[in-house]
Amino acid sequence: MSDAVIKCESVYKIFGANAKKMLQDANGNVDAQTFQKNGCIVGVNNASFEVSKGEMLVVMGLSGSGKSTLLRCISRLTDATDGKIYIEGQDLLSLKDKELIELRRSKMGMVFQSFALLPHKTVVENIAFPLQIKGIKTEDSISKAMDMVKLVGLEGRENYFPRELSGGQQQRVGIARSLAVEPDIWFLDEPFSALDPLIRKEMQDEFLRLQEKLKKTIMFITHDFDEALKLADRIAIMKDGIIEQLDTPANIVLNPATEYVKKFTEEVPREKVLIIEDVMDAPTTENLSDIKVSKDEIIENVAEKILTQEKSVNVIDENNKIVGTVRPSKIIHTVFGGRKNNS
Amino acid sequence: MELIRKYPKLFQWLFLLSVFFTLCFAIDVPETYKFIRGQAEFVKDPNQSTYIFLGKEVRYFAFDNFWRLPPLLGWLPIWINDGLFFLLNEWMPMEFWNEDTQEFKTRPLVLQITRNITAFMTFLIEFIREILLGGVETIVAFSSWDWIDKNPWAELPGLPWTIVAAGATILSYKLSGKGLALFAGFTMVYISIFGQWKPSMQTLSFILVAAPLSFIFGLSLGIMAYKSKRVEKALYPILLVMQTMPQYAVLVPAMVLFGIGDHAAVIITMVVAIPPMILLTILGLRAVPPEVIEAGKMSGCNNWQLLFKVLIPTARRDILIGVNQVIMVCFSMAVIAAFIGAKGLGWNLLLALNQLNIGLALEAGLCISLIAILLDKMSLAWANKQEDYFGNLTFFQRHKNFIFFVGAVILGLILAYSGSFIFKDTFNYLFEIPHNKGISTAGFWNKGVDWIFDTFFVYIKAFNTWLITEVLQPMRGLYLRMPAVATLVLVIGAGYIIGGIRSAIVVGSLALFIAFSPWWDRALVTAYMATFGVIASMIIGVTVGTICVQNKITTNFMLGICDIFQTFPSFVYLIPVMMLFGITDTSVLIAVIVYATIPATRYTIEGLRGVPVALHDAATMSGVTKFQRLTKIEFPLAFPHMMLGLNQTIVFALFMVIIGAFIGTEDLGQYILKALSDKQGGGKGLTLGICVAFIGLIFDNLIRTWVDKRKKHLGID
Repeated sequence: MSDAVIKCESVYKIFGANAKKMLQDANGNVDAQTFQKNGCIVGVNNASFEVSKGEMLVVMGLSGSGKSTLLRCISRLTDATDGKIYIEGQDLLSLKDKELIELRRSKMGMVFQSFALLPHKTVVENIAFPLQIKGIKTEDSISKAMDMVKLVGLEGRENYFPRELSGGQQQRVGIARSLAVEPDIWFLDEPFSALDPLIRKEMQDEFLRLQEKLKKTIMFITHDFDEALKLADRIAIMKDGIIEQLDTPANIVLNPATEYVKKFTEEVPREKVLIIEDVMDAPTTENLSDIKVSKDEIIENVAEKILTQEKSVNVIDENNKIVGTVRPSKIIHTVFGGRKNNS
Repeated sequence: MELIRKYPKLFQWLFLLSVFFTLCFAIDVPETYKFIRGQAEFVKDPNQSTYIFLGKEVRYFAFDNFWRLPPLLGWLPIWINDGLFFLLNEWMPMEFWNEDTQEFKTRPLVLQITRNITAFMTFLIEFIREILLGGVETIVAFSSWDWIDKNPWAELPGLPWTIVAAGATILSYKLSGKGLALFAGFTMVYISIFGQWKPSMQTLSFILVAAPLSFIFGLSLGIMAYKSKRVEKALYPILLVMQTMPQYAVLVPAMVLFGIGDHAAVIITMVVAIPPMILLTILGLRAVPPEVIEAGKMSGCNNWQLLFKVLIPTARRDILIGVNQVIMVCFSMAVIAAFIGAKGLGWNLLLALNQLNIGLALEAGLCISLIAILLDKMSLAWANKQEDYFGNLTFFQRHKNFIFFVGAVILGLILAYSGSFIFKDTFNYLFEIPHNKGISTAGFWNKGVDWIFDTFFVYIKAFNTWLITEVLQPMRGLYLRMPAVATLVLVIGAGYIIGGIRSAIVVGSLALFIAFSPWWDRALVTAYMATFGVIASMIIGVTVGTICVQNKITTNFMLGICDIFQTFPSFVYLIPVMMLFGITDTSVLIAVIVYATIPATRYTIEGLRGVPVALHDAATMSGVTKFQRLTKIEFPLAFPHMMLGLNQTIVFALFMVIIGAFIGTEDLGQYILKALSDKQGGGKGLTLGICVAFIGLIFDNLIRTWVDKRKKHLGID
């Protein structure tokens, strides 16, 4: 694929003294337990995937699953033990320090779980920091940073210090800082995990609004499956350094690849994740009701409309063309069927 | 059997003690034994044994090897001395250009280097001293004597005291507010009125050179250690020894290398002040959250930008606490360095103590303590100060303090100038109050001392005699009665029980070093004095701490007192005890107890206060009494921290015992002090210092190992 912005080919990250040698001996067959016996810890185990332009890939996993390590390999905050990583076709691992710094100054932005703001700088100075590091004049960087302050809705607080802000506000600063250099690639490492549930939801909505406008290529790390479903174009689920499944949210919910993935999907409210297109059948002419629903609607929004019908409902695409039908019983089955207690 | 399995450690200790006492009773005191005064290498005696190592002859009195080990390291001090001598006088002679004689001269490299450093330091000190007190040497250095003779206007006087006082007040106000500003003003006026201006400014100029240099070196070394594991590994043992090394011990080698005077004092102060700066720098940099570093990297910082724009500003507070430590060490050294000719308050203090003029000593001591407290508070305020945003302030608001200072300078100059008319026939009090023209309370204090002696002499004497004959002498006897082998077994055994084989090897080799040095007996005396001091300090400290921590007000009050006491330069403690108890071991011990009680109290309070509130509540809800809560919950949890307090108490006690040698004791300290006036003293002073440091490190190792284990066991960090 030519428009793959991030491309990983069998990336390994193994911590420990003689990790490189052990990896060679293992011949591509890495087993976490045997490695651990020899004093090595497997962070990322044979990760291969691509992220295309404007796509949001959410990497989801519990703590210790290697998701943050994977992100740090791709941002080269740590060096991968083996494998190839390409950023817009450039071989990341062969870059010299200078080229790497250049790449980060122009193409990458990153948001951190603990916000990682500089305590001695004000909001606007924090946001201007990457610009000033680049060597942009103070006034220009400050005026650019002020645009970012507005973008994340922190007007009036630009001269506050991080210690005077709430967690949500601090993370807004972190987001603004990561966007200041107008990067193409945006890394977010559990950006909302340290926030209260209500603030978290607000920030997620805000984040979706921003992405709608900016269309960045995004790698988003989270341990929250609901958050992953809400935000992702595609989700990668990791366990013990291995990517268990990489697919669209709907496919993951409908067809979990492994037992491990299935455990997450069981509790998921499917009506909130799936769209009509995921559950519709081929178009028929028999027994149709006269209402129509769009194929991109989330089930939850149209369920009442469909379930009050006795007959099947036509599904249309954006051009009002009929592309399928959906039976009320199918909706009931999707939402309530296959649950632990029912099956 | 069941009991042994239940309390294995207890039985290990019992076994160790029984071995120790068996050895003590089995090995008799040799008939020829007398307290080794250590001068074995000078006095030639037909009964002495000798051996030759690396061409150096070591003479010593041989005893049964179980009783006292032979001084197998006796060659070390001589060897260090010869090494220093060789380096300084013979190694790598080179041609150097001499400014004064305008010709090339052959000089050994090290000598040339040390002379260059000396010249540089002297220049710096003179420069600052002349700003504060006036003089022409700095201007001469850039021109010539002839030029000065032709241009008498260039002979600038120093700053009038009013300007310095105003400057200190304004700076204090900016850093902390009204309270500190008031204190600064009071201190400066006090110094001036009591005629201590000149020595105070001499001391200050010495500190203004030593502290920034120590800061720069300490910070750079700290950064290097943070960046490179290898540098850290190389630095760590040196830092450890320097932390427990008595400051006297460094005096002598510095004197050999750099001679005597203010410059040597600055260098030796740096040697002592740099280690804590390094440690706090490393600590601060380590505490920077990894995500902040990553954020810096992702912002595209190169290594320099990361260091100066991310790491150091984020670690600002710890680094500034390091500055505070450096300043405190400088004050402590300002007195000790007077031994090698540093001018100023320390010199006056030492002189007064030597003449037993307690009143004068008290005045100088009070002055130096006041300045020390002032600078301590100022640097702490700086460390804790949060930056304010100055974006929307007017020019006047932004530069308010500076404008005030300029005003003060102008006003001070006018005052000083008009003073020269008002006080035409006497001294210009508005410019500088001379040393002997201020108010002096010395007479009053001396009378007070006399009165105390006249009134309480009988009681003090009785107490003194009782303490020495009933407690100190027997204790000292017991310590000296220990055969060397028994002591070593005790130390190594304790190391093994507490920390396993590794600890046993570490403490064992530290103890062996002392045992093989020619000063084992003296080390025992040092140990006995320190032990007495530590026991008394711990009893007082733990009791006071426990009582104070029951109440928030008393807690803060006590911590404040600890802060202030800790700021006093250590030498100052000797003044009041000499006042009361004269020149005896009792005086030293009381100074030790007072000084070492500070950490004992502080750590007790901190430990007890650190017990989580949830546990308090849980205990209260299970219906314990206050006393039960103390014994069952608070003490067990606070115990590890209190043990760290014990560790500090030992270091403080050892330190004061050595300083107490100034009054006169028969331990290692006395020898270190003697080494000062000994031509061959360099090696001896250093070796003795290492011995003292090792005594401290033995306890440090044992206590730290125990505390780490205990904390892990309790699950507290």
